[in-house]
Amino acid sequence: MTVLEIFDTMEYGPAPESDKNAMEFLDKHGRSFGLYINGKWVAKKDTFPAVSPATGAVLAQVAEASSDDVDAAVKAAQKALPDWAKAGGHERAKYLYALARQIQKHSRLFAVLESLDNGKAIRETRDIDIPLVARHFYHHAGWAQLMDSELKEYKEIGVVGQIIPWNFPLLMLSWKIAPALAMGNTLVLKPAEQTSLTALLFATICENIGLPKGVVNIITGHGSVGEALVNHPGVQKIAFTGSTEVGKIIRKSTAGSGKKLSLELGGKSPFIVFEDADLDSVVEGVVDAIWFNQGQVCCAGSRLLAQESIAEKLYQKLKVRLQKLVVGDSLDKGIDMGAVISAEQLKTISSFVERGKNDGSEVWQLENIPSGGCFFPPTLFLNVSPASVIAQEEIFGPVLVAMTFRSHQEAIKLANNTRYGLAASLWTENINLALDVAPKIKAGTVWINTTNVFDAASGFGGYRESGFGREGGMEGLMEYLRPKNDKTFAEKTFAFKVSGNAKAKRSLLDRTPKMYIGGKQARPDSGYSLQVLNPAGQVVGEVGEGSRKDIRNAVEAAQANGKWAENTGHARAQVLYYIAENLSARKKEFEELLADACGYSAKDAALEVSRSVERIFTYAAYADKYDGRVHSTLSRHVTLAMNEPLGVLGIVCPDEFPLLGFVSTVMPAIALGNSVVVVPSETAPLSATDFYQILDTSDVPGGTVNIITGPKEPLATELAKHYDVEGLWYFGTSEGSKNVEQLSVDSMKRSWVNYGKYYDWLTNPLEKEFLKKASEVKNIWIPYGA
Amino acid sequence: MSSQEKRNEGLPFRPEYFDTININRSAVERRTASLPARRTVKKEYQAAWLLKAISCIDLTTLAGDDTAGNVHRLCAKAMNPVRQDILDALGFSSLTVGAVCVYHNMIADARAALGNSGLPIAAVSTGFPAGKISLDQKLEEIRKSVDAGASEIDIVISRELVLNNKWEELYQEVKLCREACGDAHMKTILATGEIPTLTKVAKASWVSMMAGSDFIKTSTGKESVNATLPVSLVMVRAIRDFYELTGTKVGYKPAGGIQKAKQALDFLILIKEELGNDWLNNQLFRFGASSLLADIERQLEHYVTGRYSAGYRHAMA
Repeated sequence: MTVLEIFDTMEYGPAPESDKNAMEFLDKHGRSFGLYINGKWVAKKDTFPAVSPATGAVLAQVAEASSDDVDAAVKAAQKALPDWAKAGGHERAKYLYALARQIQKHSRLFAVLESLDNGKAIRETRDIDIPLVARHFYHHAGWAQLMDSELKEYKEIGVVGQIIPWNFPLLMLSWKIAPALAMGNTLVLKPAEQTSLTALLFATICENIGLPKGVVNIITGHGSVGEALVNHPGVQKIAFTGSTEVGKIIRKSTAGSGKKLSLELGGKSPFIVFEDADLDSVVEGVVDAIWFNQGQVCCAGSRLLAQESIAEKLYQKLKVRLQKLVVGDSLDKGIDMGAVISAEQLKTISSFVERGKNDGSEVWQLENIPSGGCFFPPTLFLNVSPASVIAQEEIFGPVLVAMTFRSHQEAIKLANNTRYGLAASLWTENINLALDVAPKIKAGTVWINTTNVFDAASGFGGYRESGFGREGGMEGLMEYLRPKNDKTFAEKTFAFKVSGNAKAKRSLLDRTPKMYIGGKQARPDSGYSLQVLNPAGQVVGEVGEGSRKDIRNAVEAAQANGKWAENTGHARAQVLYYIAENLSARKKEFEELLADACGYSAKDAALEVSRSVERIFTYAAYADKYDGRVHSTLSRHVTLAMNEPLGVLGIVCPDEFPLLGFVSTVMPAIALGNSVVVVPSETAPLSATDFYQILDTSDVPGGTVNIITGPKEPLATELAKHYDVEGLWYFGTSEGSKNVEQLSVDSMKRSWVNYGKYYDWLTNPLEKEFLKKASEVKNIWIPYGA
Repeated sequence: MSSQEKRNEGLPFRPEYFDTININRSAVERRTASLPARRTVKKEYQAAWLLKAISCIDLTTLAGDDTAGNVHRLCAKAMNPVRQDILDALGFSSLTVGAVCVYHNMIADARAALGNSGLPIAAVSTGFPAGKISLDQKLEEIRKSVDAGASEIDIVISRELVLNNKWEELYQEVKLCREACGDAHMKTILATGEIPTLTKVAKASWVSMMAGSDFIKTSTGKESVNATLPVSLVMVRAIRDFYELTGTKVGYKPAGGIQKAKQALDFLILIKEELGNDWLNNQLFRFGASSLLADIERQLEHYVTGRYSAGYRHAMA
């Protein structure tokens, strides 16, 4: 077109970013990459092509790692571990800083290569991905520097296996590698087979800065490589980002192994628009939510919930905006969306969209998209019902489904009507409404009047089946640390020595301990009782034999008790102090019970009771002090990291320390606002059943603590299987631990087990860890500006 | 300004059109920060767009020391804004700016200088820039400028009416100004640098359009903050909503602080994305600028010759 013609049409015209430097990089490596193990490139015969999804061009051949290669990489990481951990925070900070600088210096090369390899728009890699990558390394250089002072009580986990997805290849690499290295771990990372190239470029900068060999190992290949890494016994932790389906497989295969796990999985995040929102800004928010990175974003706002009063107006604006989007080659600087990752993904998205159309939902799509390449048009479904497949399943494509709500209460219900809980975006100009709704959404990140905003200083991660663990911020570091004193989970019991000859002074058979559900005593559904024996073999009492129905009733009672979490920390502290006061008043009685039922000496019985009182005081004290942080993220943003209770927590108490074990687990959980279903010591349940009288007299709302006595393993199994139990702590055998971890997979329950080891309940070395395990961090982003 | 477009005849004053407006500044800024990175024009496209920008300039001088001499020079530049050899190389036979913009008492000089070129004269009016004169005086000034030969009148609104939410008074004032303009087109300057929130900018835009403004304009160029992309986004979205309601296209004029070719392109991109191609002409879009032209000329010469240009190679205004 001539200048004169363009003057009339005012078209944009093409604006290609040059791929020259990226091609030179690939050529320099002969268009073929080996594995980066122990600081060396290991060439492989078995390779697969790296394909550019926008054009179908083969960019390079990439090595397929074998299980021997995985083994070699893990061994290299093991060998490098002691020196790297011992190097100290400052030494590691220097390397992380060097990586950050290298990424900045070669930012355009990274951006272009990423865009070629993934199909995403160069604007996004250049303006979003790569700057965030550099930021992540800078931020964690800082954490490395401060580890010795700020994180004194912690140490590295060891060798970490990391598996990352194809949607943000280098960004996810940085989220995994930066905190792991900062905290003194060494690692083996497997990029997604669709997008290996920027990870391999990253390996070259590790070489360039002289990172000690074996600290970072990068192995490429398909799912079997990941599987070998997950199952390798030399790996102490697995960090995975990807689909919920694969996350569950990983969790199942690591169950019982003691490997620490963080999973960042799928989502179907709500995007809630209230009637007083700035609707034109909402429309751009939708573009940034679902038409960003082709919708291949785990936290994409893919469910639009619009208040009825403005829904039509908003839909109209969206339909107009949709047609203004530009889809094209990933290296064109003037596009909004590039290609989706692969032909396979294209097919998946298309089939979801077909199902949506068949459901009868009204559909709008961008009319002009390029032919050839893996392009899918931005798509909008209106008036979708919550039951529709497209409203429930993660599509991982540029497909938005819209539905309406009448009130904010209904909006919250619809928002939470999902198995996922990764993120949410809500739009209102009313701060009262925003701050009322945000905590009620089950999601790890809530953006107010914005969406898809990230920063290294803020944690990111899911609730429910969106996984667990956080990446970024102080909360993310915890995934790569363990307490220095975690040897307290020991092979030998800390329990008091008891004599088998100690006879009970009195019989307790005339008492009728029941279960405790919803603040009321309850008979076992089974109608059976179990005898309780002391070490001398005497029957000292009888308790109800709990079954799955009792668990069901207890969980329902716990779920119905939402008010407890809404109390202030101070109000909960008062209740806990009152519990301590009442236990103290009945000290003698509990001491005698422990002596009779457990064969304790008077001194030991007195110690367990007094420690129990003290423990309650400790967690009462924390109730209003375990508070969150305000992260230092972007300018004119408040980023609140709030500690939220898990919800309903199952607790399977240790057999030893029947009173102290009960108190030490239940108190931190309820101090933070959880409601609990407790299975007390199977062998000595009587101090727990006596305890409900204390609860009754201490203003504990019904349903906060529910006690089910009976056989430990079957009850643990029921709790683990239950979909409405958010967390489960298990202190028992190693088989029982494995069982709990395996059964927790389906509901993505937050589980914490002892792998058959013993905890020192008397001194409680992990005092604060109990609070961490009883809560998860929600980050609420509030941009502001008059 | 020819009148291909139907003029805005306004609407009766009804607060429900604007009283629920809420503008979120952070979200607006996020959009304007990302937009110039989402769209770009290169090579011949850039040249064409820059020529378009020139055609939309209200080439302006509004200084206390304006004389017949510098106004004459300004008009000469307005009629021939780009060196002929550059225009030839771009395949253009001729090009003018959108209008010249002067104070009332320079209209006669401008008229003499422009002769029968057909180039419109815009006069700033109503006690520009502060607007602190009586309404009668404002109306009188408008009528005098129209009589003197201005076919476009750039009025300033009373900011105090915006600050105190006296929307109906503002409506009446602007409506009377519009009546005083007669056939002359009226651009209403909000002076957004003196309006504290974007929500009030949007409301003032609505009231000005309801009162019959042909254009809404950001600034006098005399406030400390002039035309910005965020303010422009809010104003053009108001124009879009007004168009959707009435079918009438109101024009937009950012003014003040736009000095670079790149900035001009960003504004054109904003207009194209938010309003569409219909607005990309001087019937509905103007830049209020004085030094912008010189930067564009340099960029055009660079496109034509492949060499970076120098200011002295282009005739000054």
